[in-house]
Amino acid sequence: MSYVRGLKCRECGQNYPEKGVHVCETCFGPLEVQYDYAAMRGKVTRESIEAGPRNLWRYRDLLPIHGEPKSGLHSGLTPLKRARNLEKVLGVRELYIKDDAANYPTWSYKERVVSVAITKAIELGYDTVGCASTGNLANSVAAHAAEAGLRAFVMIPHDLEQGKVLGSLIFNPTMVRIQGNYDDVNRLCSEIADKYRWAIVNVNLRPFYTEGAKTFGFEIAEQMGWQLPKHTVCPTAGGTILPKIYKGYRELIDLGIVADNQPRIYSAQAAGCNPVVEAIRAGRDLIKPQKPKTIAKSIAIGNPADGFYVVQAVKESGGWGEDATDTEIVDAIKLLARTEGTWTEPAGGTTLAATIKLIESGRIPRDESICVCITGNGLKTVEVVVDQLEPPASIPPSLEAFDALMAGRESVDPAPASV
Amino acid sequence: MAVKVRIPTPLRSLTNGVDSLDASGADVQSVLAEVCQRFEGMDKRLFKQPGELNRFVNIYVNNEDIRFLDNLSTPVKDGDDLSIVPAIAGG
Repeated sequence: MSYVRGLKCRECGQNYPEKGVHVCETCFGPLEVQYDYAAMRGKVTRESIEAGPRNLWRYRDLLPIHGEPKSGLHSGLTPLKRARNLEKVLGVRELYIKDDAANYPTWSYKERVVSVAITKAIELGYDTVGCASTGNLANSVAAHAAEAGLRAFVMIPHDLEQGKVLGSLIFNPTMVRIQGNYDDVNRLCSEIADKYRWAIVNVNLRPFYTEGAKTFGFEIAEQMGWQLPKHTVCPTAGGTILPKIYKGYRELIDLGIVADNQPRIYSAQAAGCNPVVEAIRAGRDLIKPQKPKTIAKSIAIGNPADGFYVVQAVKESGGWGEDATDTEIVDAIKLLARTEGTWTEPAGGTTLAATIKLIESGRIPRDESICVCITGNGLKTVEVVVDQLEPPASIPPSLEAFDALMAGRESVDPAPASV
Repeated sequence: MAVKVRIPTPLRSLTNGVDSLDASGADVQSVLAEVCQRFEGMDKRLFKQPGELNRFVNIYVNNEDIRFLDNLSTPVKDGDDLSIVPAIAGG
């Protein structure tokens, strides 16, 4: 039983049947999946969700598929951790880390959108999938396509981190490195989707793809015992995940699954690529595109297609936007690792750094619940910390040498860090 | 002066399936004006009002977003490539 009722343009309201089409033919506005929420009432409940599988498909009633899931049967349900050590460091009462660095199989939030998009691609009869990617999406598309037996074409900017490149190649897709930045890749892919009959997951399957991001918010709610954090801080690149987490929250509220605590959502960007945060600060709806210059490559999107909807969701919820310099990003990566045992990529460092600044500026009160959205894994981006960590000592295999080392350390580092 | 204009799929219902065409003009504004004049209904798809593109319409001249150039006043010359591209998401 599916509650999906086709597609509708978010701008002009024109209706479309479910197919591989990403923009409204009338106004170029993005298309949004429509559901019959009235029919869900009393049927989609805490109990119905809890009875579902231990993966992101436990929320399938709120996802745009008709048949059985074909991809992502082991994706989602990532840890939501109470970050007690970080609470003490930051001086806040209740802080959570939603950790998609642990999402299977390629360690980023992209498993969510790709699981839905690949299932939909198969439903719609495509045998080839593709994407324009800053790395994480390509990894996920390549892995899920391999498992589903689909042909995959992944297009990336030419200057990505090696971990992100190998993280796709190992799954044997056709990879093309485009000599330009992500926005150039994106534009090319929209032209490729026009010409070739492929399901480019974030282009012509975008309406379905983006719905998968809601599961990030659904999981936060369920893992907090069916309540919402008051403040959710989320990274912004193309602008997919933030509005969809907020939409997920609103859906749970409207279905009576969680209480309405008027959740606020905040956008985090790198200072070297902050078109959305800049618009939020200036009180503008219009996003002025930028040429990205930041180590946070996975969120270096200067022309975010859904940036407008990020601004809308932030504004509607009473949230805000904050950015972080490359130094602040690396410091936050190290802080999160040191205090909570979670190693994230620069996107996660950006989000934590922005959270800290939002707390310090008083935008986020210290005594209310806060959730930091970690969307990617640090193992893919070792380049950003390789010169930032103290190199380990090297000693002969003798206890004397070890004792000497310890004696030397005690003067500079008297006790293990206690928090 | 002829500029090659690329028409994306969502607009090809207006151009009888034509995916690229030559148009002339000294700047982006005048090239698009010719395109709009040639195909009925194009004007409403591209422009919110005269001089203001719809929010989700991106225009590129030789692979550069015109918002980094001089917007609709960006000059064009013979042999230039002008692409009309819907905004898309990703990451």
